[in-house]
Amino acid sequence: MSTPTITPPAPSGLRARLNRWPMLLWMTALWVLLWGDLTLANVLAGFGVAVLLLLLAPMPAVGYVGRVSILGTVWLLAKFILDVLLASVEVSKMALHPLRPPEGGVIRIPLRSESDVILTLTGVFTSLVPGSIIVEAHRFTGTLYVHVLDLPTSGGAEAFRQQVLRQERRLLYALASQEDLARAGLPRRRWWGGPGKGSDR
Amino acid sequence: MNWDLVREVVASAFFLTGSALVLIAAIGMVRFPDLLSRLHAATKPQVLGIILMMNGLALSLASWQVGWKVMPVIIFQLATAPVAAHMVGRAGYRTNKIRYDLMGVDELSQDLAAVREENDDPQA
Repeated sequence: MSTPTITPPAPSGLRARLNRWPMLLWMTALWVLLWGDLTLANVLAGFGVAVLLLLLAPMPAVGYVGRVSILGTVWLLAKFILDVLLASVEVSKMALHPLRPPEGGVIRIPLRSESDVILTLTGVFTSLVPGSIIVEAHRFTGTLYVHVLDLPTSGGAEAFRQQVLRQERRLLYALASQEDLARAGLPRRRWWGGPGKGSDR
Repeated sequence: MNWDLVREVVASAFFLTGSALVLIAAIGMVRFPDLLSRLHAATKPQVLGIILMMNGLALSLASWQVGWKVMPVIIFQLATAPVAAHMVGRAGYRTNKIRYDLMGVDELSQDLAAVREENDDPQA
Protein backbone atom coordinates (compact mmCIF):
# COMPACT_ATOMS: atom_id res chain seq x y z
CA MET A 1 0.00 0.00 0.00
CA SER A 2 2.64 2.50 0.96
CA THR A 3 6.34 2.66 0.48
CA PRO A 4 8.14 2.39 3.79
CA THR A 5 9.23 5.77 5.00
CA ILE A 6 12.43 6.23 6.90
CA THR A 7 12.24 7.95 10.25
CA PRO A 8 13.85 11.34 9.81
CA PRO A 9 17.06 11.74 11.79
CA ALA A 10 17.18 13.88 14.89
CA PRO A 11 17.77 17.48 13.96
CA SER A 12 21.38 18.51 13.99
CA GLY A 13 22.63 21.98 14.64
CA LEU A 14 21.63 24.40 17.33
CA ARG A 15 19.10 26.27 15.23
CA ALA A 16 17.30 23.18 14.05
CA ARG A 17 17.04 21.92 17.60
CA LEU A 18 15.75 25.16 19.01
CA ASN A 19 13.30 25.33 16.15
CA ARG A 20 11.20 22.71 17.88
CA TRP A 21 9.21 25.34 19.68
CA PRO A 22 5.97 23.35 20.15
CA MET A 23 7.99 20.82 22.16
CA LEU A 24 9.51 23.66 24.19
CA LEU A 25 6.07 25.07 24.84
CA TRP A 26 4.68 21.71 25.92
CA MET A 27 7.58 20.91 28.24
CA THR A 28 7.42 24.33 29.84
CA ALA A 29 3.65 23.99 30.30
CA LEU A 30 4.10 20.55 31.85
CA TRP A 31 6.74 21.87 34.25
CA VAL A 32 4.43 24.64 35.38
CA LEU A 33 1.53 22.18 35.70
CA LEU A 34 3.60 19.86 37.87
CA TRP A 35 4.67 22.66 40.16
CA GLY A 36 1.09 23.83 40.16
CA ASP A 37 1.93 27.52 40.36
CA LEU A 38 2.02 29.97 37.52
CA THR A 39 4.88 32.19 38.60
CA LEU A 40 7.59 33.85 36.57
CA ALA A 41 10.25 31.78 38.30
CA ASN A 42 8.47 28.54 37.42
CA VAL A 43 8.02 29.52 33.80
CA LEU A 44 11.67 30.51 33.46
CA ALA A 45 12.92 27.37 35.21
CA GLY A 46 10.66 25.20 33.07
CA PHE A 47 11.82 26.92 29.92
CA GLY A 48 15.43 26.43 30.92
CA VAL A 49 14.92 22.72 31.57
CA ALA A 50 13.07 22.36 28.27
CA VAL A 51 15.88 24.02 26.31
CA LEU A 52 18.43 21.86 28.07
CA LEU A 53 16.49 18.69 27.25
CA LEU A 54 16.11 19.65 23.61
CA LEU A 55 19.84 20.30 23.37
CA LEU A 56 20.98 17.21 25.22
CA ALA A 57 18.39 14.65 24.24
CA PRO A 58 16.67 15.60 20.99
CA MET A 59 13.99 13.17 19.87
CA PRO A 60 13.72 12.39 16.17
CA ALA A 61 11.19 14.59 14.43
CA VAL A 62 7.94 12.80 13.71
CA GLY A 63 8.16 14.02 10.16
CA TYR A 64 4.55 15.05 9.99
CA VAL A 65 3.40 17.96 7.93
CA GLY A 66 -0.29 18.40 8.18
CA ARG A 67 -2.90 21.02 8.68
CA VAL A 68 -4.88 21.09 11.88
CA SER A 69 -8.54 21.78 11.44
CA ILE A 70 -10.11 23.16 14.60
CA LEU A 71 -13.65 22.04 13.77
CA GLY A 72 -12.36 18.67 12.64
CA THR A 73 -10.54 18.29 15.96
CA VAL A 74 -13.60 19.31 17.96
CA TRP A 75 -15.67 16.69 16.10
CA LEU A 76 -12.93 14.09 16.63
CA LEU A 77 -12.80 14.69 20.39
CA ALA A 78 -16.58 14.96 20.83
CA LYS A 79 -17.17 11.67 19.02
CA PHE A 80 -14.31 10.11 20.99
CA ILE A 81 -15.79 11.08 24.35
CA LEU A 82 -19.19 9.79 23.28
CA ASP A 83 -17.62 6.51 22.11
CA VAL A 84 -15.75 6.07 25.39
CA LEU A 85 -18.93 6.65 27.43
CA LEU A 86 -21.06 4.26 25.37
CA ALA A 87 -18.37 1.60 25.13
CA SER A 88 -17.68 1.75 28.89
CA VAL A 89 -21.31 0.87 29.51
CA GLU A 90 -21.11 -2.01 27.00
CA VAL A 91 -17.95 -3.47 28.52
CA SER A 92 -19.39 -3.09 32.04
CA LYS A 93 -22.51 -4.97 30.96
CA MET A 94 -20.27 -7.64 29.49
CA ALA A 95 -18.28 -7.96 32.72
CA LEU A 96 -21.44 -8.31 34.81
CA HIS A 97 -23.48 -10.48 32.46
CA PRO A 98 -24.30 -13.64 34.41
CA LEU A 99 -24.29 -16.14 31.56
CA ARG A 100 -22.84 -15.08 28.25
CA PRO A 101 -19.03 -15.00 28.04
CA PRO A 102 -17.56 -12.50 25.58
CA GLU A 103 -16.96 -13.78 22.09
CA GLY A 104 -13.85 -12.02 20.90
CA GLY A 105 -11.87 -11.95 17.72
CA VAL A 106 -8.86 -10.38 16.06
CA ILE A 107 -9.76 -8.20 13.11
CA ARG A 108 -7.43 -7.03 10.36
CA ILE A 109 -7.88 -3.38 9.39
CA PRO A 110 -5.89 -2.01 6.47
CA LEU A 111 -5.85 1.77 6.93
CA ARG A 112 -6.11 4.19 4.05
CA SER A 113 -3.50 6.69 5.13
CA GLU A 114 0.23 6.20 4.64
CA SER A 115 1.27 8.35 7.58
CA ASP A 116 2.92 6.80 10.63
CA VAL A 117 1.35 9.48 12.79
CA ILE A 118 -2.15 8.66 11.62
CA LEU A 119 -1.47 4.93 12.07
CA THR A 120 -0.30 5.54 15.63
CA LEU A 121 -3.09 7.91 16.54
CA THR A 122 -5.75 5.65 15.04
CA GLY A 123 -4.30 2.85 17.16
CA VAL A 124 -4.28 4.97 20.30
CA PHE A 125 -7.81 6.29 19.82
CA THR A 126 -9.17 2.84 18.94
CA SER A 127 -7.40 1.36 21.91
CA LEU A 128 -8.72 3.98 24.34
CA VAL A 129 -12.29 3.12 23.48
CA PRO A 130 -13.17 0.18 25.75
CA GLY A 131 -13.64 -3.14 24.01
CA SER A 132 -10.74 -2.98 21.57
CA ILE A 133 -6.99 -3.59 21.94
CA ILE A 134 -4.34 -3.29 19.26
CA VAL A 135 -2.60 -6.65 19.11
CA GLU A 136 -0.31 -5.87 16.22
CA ALA A 137 0.44 -2.83 14.10
CA HIS A 138 2.19 -3.38 10.82
CA ARG A 139 3.83 -0.19 9.72
CA PHE A 140 4.88 -0.99 6.17
CA THR A 141 1.42 -2.04 5.08
CA GLY A 142 -0.38 0.39 7.41
CA THR A 143 -2.40 -2.42 8.94
CA LEU A 144 -3.80 -2.67 12.46
CA TYR A 145 -4.83 -5.95 14.06
CA VAL A 146 -7.38 -5.24 16.73
CA HIS A 147 -8.74 -7.60 19.34
CA VAL A 148 -12.42 -6.97 19.95
CA LEU A 149 -13.79 -8.01 23.32
CA ASP A 150 -17.18 -9.02 22.02
CA LEU A 151 -17.93 -9.13 18.32
CA PRO A 152 -21.75 -9.41 18.57
CA THR A 153 -22.05 -6.09 20.48
CA SER A 154 -19.83 -4.42 17.88
CA GLY A 155 -22.10 -5.73 15.14
CA GLY A 156 -19.64 -8.22 13.68
CA ALA A 157 -16.21 -8.05 12.11
CA GLU A 158 -17.11 -5.92 9.11
CA ALA A 159 -19.03 -3.34 11.16
CA PHE A 160 -16.09 -3.03 13.52
CA ARG A 161 -13.64 -2.60 10.64
CA GLN A 162 -15.79 0.24 9.30
CA GLN A 163 -15.91 1.78 12.78
CA VAL A 164 -12.10 1.94 12.96
CA LEU A 165 -11.89 3.27 9.41
CA ARG A 166 -14.29 6.06 10.40
CA GLN A 167 -12.04 6.81 13.38
CA GLU A 168 -9.09 7.13 11.00
CA ARG A 169 -11.18 9.30 8.71
CA ARG A 170 -12.06 11.67 11.55
CA LEU A 171 -8.37 11.86 12.46
CA LEU A 172 -7.45 12.63 8.87
CA TYR A 173 -10.04 15.38 8.65
CA ALA A 174 -8.76 16.80 11.92
CA LEU A 175 -5.03 16.67 11.20
CA ALA A 176 -4.08 15.86 7.63
CA SER A 177 -3.38 18.18 4.72
CA GLN A 178 -5.52 18.17 1.59
CA GLU A 179 -2.81 16.21 -0.23
CA ASP A 180 -2.80 13.52 2.46
CA LEU A 181 -6.59 13.31 2.21
CA ALA A 182 -6.39 12.93 -1.56
CA ARG A 183 -3.74 10.23 -1.22
CA ALA A 184 -5.96 8.35 1.23
CA GLY A 185 -8.73 8.55 -1.36
CA LEU A 186 -10.97 10.88 0.63
CA PRO A 187 -12.85 13.95 -0.64
CA ARG A 188 -11.34 17.38 -0.05
CA ARG A 189 -11.87 19.08 3.29
CA ARG A 190 -14.29 21.98 3.24
CA TRP A 191 -14.18 25.07 5.39
CA TRP A 192 -16.02 23.42 8.27
CA GLY A 193 -13.33 20.80 8.53
CA GLY A 194 -15.35 17.95 7.10
CA PRO A 195 -15.67 16.34 3.69
CA GLY A 196 -18.00 17.51 0.95
CA LYS A 197 -21.57 16.34 0.59
CA GLY A 198 -22.45 12.67 0.46
CA SER A 199 -20.39 11.98 3.52
CA ASP A 200 -21.70 9.61 6.16
CA ARG A 201 -19.66 10.72 9.08
CA MET B 1 -28.87 28.00 46.32
CA ASN B 2 -25.93 26.54 48.16
CA TRP B 3 -23.13 26.15 45.63
CA ASP B 4 -20.81 24.36 47.99
CA LEU B 5 -23.45 21.68 48.47
CA VAL B 6 -24.01 21.37 44.71
CA ARG B 7 -20.27 21.02 44.20
CA GLU B 8 -20.01 18.34 46.86
CA VAL B 9 -22.89 16.37 45.36
CA VAL B 10 -21.46 16.52 41.84
CA ALA B 11 -17.99 15.57 43.10
CA SER B 12 -19.42 12.62 45.03
CA ALA B 13 -21.29 11.48 41.93
CA PHE B 14 -18.00 11.55 39.99
CA PHE B 15 -16.22 9.59 42.73
CA LEU B 16 -18.96 6.97 42.94
CA THR B 17 -19.21 6.39 39.17
CA GLY B 18 -15.45 6.31 38.86
CA SER B 19 -15.04 3.78 41.64
CA ALA B 20 -17.93 1.70 40.29
CA LEU B 21 -16.13 1.48 36.95
CA VAL B 22 -12.92 0.34 38.60
CA LEU B 23 -14.87 -2.23 40.65
CA ILE B 24 -16.51 -3.54 37.48
CA ALA B 25 -13.06 -3.74 35.90
CA ALA B 26 -11.91 -5.93 38.79
CA ILE B 27 -14.96 -8.16 38.41
CA GLY B 28 -14.26 -8.40 34.68
CA MET B 29 -10.67 -9.41 35.42
CA VAL B 30 -11.91 -12.35 37.44
CA ARG B 31 -14.75 -13.39 35.18
CA PHE B 32 -13.37 -13.04 31.65
CA PRO B 33 -11.99 -16.28 30.26
CA ASP B 34 -8.64 -15.47 28.64
CA LEU B 35 -5.69 -13.09 28.55
CA LEU B 36 -6.94 -10.76 25.85
CA SER B 37 -10.43 -10.27 27.24
CA ARG B 38 -8.97 -9.78 30.72
CA LEU B 39 -6.71 -7.12 29.30
CA HIS B 40 -9.82 -5.26 28.19
CA ALA B 41 -11.07 -5.23 31.75
CA ALA B 42 -7.66 -4.40 33.18
CA THR B 43 -6.88 -1.42 31.00
CA LYS B 44 -10.07 0.17 29.78
CA PRO B 45 -12.61 1.06 32.47
CA GLN B 46 -9.75 2.90 34.18
CA VAL B 47 -9.65 5.38 31.37
CA LEU B 48 -13.12 6.71 32.09
CA GLY B 49 -12.86 5.81 35.78
CA ILE B 50 -9.73 7.85 36.40
CA ILE B 51 -11.05 10.82 34.43
CA LEU B 52 -14.19 10.82 36.55
CA MET B 53 -12.29 10.46 39.82
CA MET B 54 -9.81 13.20 38.91
CA ASN B 55 -12.72 15.48 38.05
CA GLY B 56 -14.29 14.65 41.38
CA LEU B 57 -11.04 15.39 43.17
CA ALA B 58 -10.61 18.76 41.48
CA LEU B 59 -14.21 19.65 42.22
CA SER B 60 -14.26 18.61 45.86
CA LEU B 61 -10.99 20.35 46.68
CA ALA B 62 -12.14 23.36 44.66
CA SER B 63 -8.64 24.54 44.02
CA TRP B 64 -7.30 25.68 40.68
CA GLN B 65 -3.92 24.35 41.59
CA VAL B 66 -5.28 20.81 41.90
CA GLY B 67 -7.53 21.33 38.90
CA TRP B 68 -4.56 22.04 36.68
CA LYS B 69 -2.40 19.35 38.20
CA VAL B 70 -5.05 16.78 37.45
CA MET B 71 -4.69 17.42 33.73
CA PRO B 72 -1.29 15.83 33.17
CA VAL B 73 -2.50 12.84 35.19
CA ILE B 74 -5.33 12.35 32.71
CA ILE B 75 -3.15 13.06 29.69
CA PHE B 76 -0.50 10.55 30.69
CA GLN B 77 -3.11 7.97 31.60
CA LEU B 78 -4.61 8.36 28.13
CA ALA B 79 -1.20 8.25 26.48
CA THR B 80 0.17 5.22 28.32
CA ALA B 81 -2.84 2.90 28.74
CA PRO B 82 -3.03 1.93 25.03
CA VAL B 83 0.73 1.30 24.86
CA ALA B 84 0.67 -0.91 27.95
CA ALA B 85 -2.31 -2.85 26.63
CA HIS B 86 -0.67 -3.23 23.24
CA MET B 87 2.61 -4.49 24.66
CA VAL B 88 0.96 -7.10 26.89
CA GLY B 89 -1.45 -8.17 24.16
CA ARG B 90 1.29 -8.45 21.57
CA ALA B 91 3.58 -10.40 23.87
CA GLY B 92 0.73 -12.71 24.83
CA TYR B 93 -0.15 -13.28 21.21
CA ARG B 94 3.39 -14.02 20.17
CA THR B 95 4.00 -16.47 22.99
CA ASN B 96 0.74 -18.32 22.39
CA LYS B 97 -0.86 -17.32 25.67
CA ILE B 98 -4.08 -16.86 23.75
CA ARG B 99 -7.18 -19.03 23.85
CA TYR B 100 -7.60 -19.34 20.10
CA ASP B 101 -10.60 -21.58 20.61
CA LEU B 102 -12.57 -18.72 22.19
CA MET B 103 -12.21 -16.43 19.22
CA GLY B 104 -14.82 -16.33 16.50
CA VAL B 105 -12.54 -14.59 14.02
CA ASP B 106 -8.75 -14.44 14.06
CA GLU B 107 -7.41 -12.67 11.03
CA LEU B 108 -3.95 -12.16 12.48
CA SER B 109 -3.36 -15.91 12.77
CA GLN B 110 -4.58 -16.31 9.21
CA ASP B 111 -2.17 -13.66 7.96
CA LEU B 112 0.74 -14.98 10.00
CA ALA B 113 0.10 -18.47 8.64
CA ALA B 114 0.03 -17.05 5.10
CA VAL B 115 3.35 -15.26 5.61
CA ARG B 116 4.89 -18.37 7.13
CA GLU B 117 3.80 -20.41 4.11
CA GLU B 118 5.20 -17.81 1.75
CA ASN B 119 8.59 -17.79 3.43
CA ASP B 120 8.47 -21.55 3.90
CA ASP B 121 10.11 -21.00 7.22
CA PRO B 122 8.67 -22.86 10.19
CA GLN B 123 10.54 -20.56 12.60
CA ALA B 124 8.96 -17.35 11.34
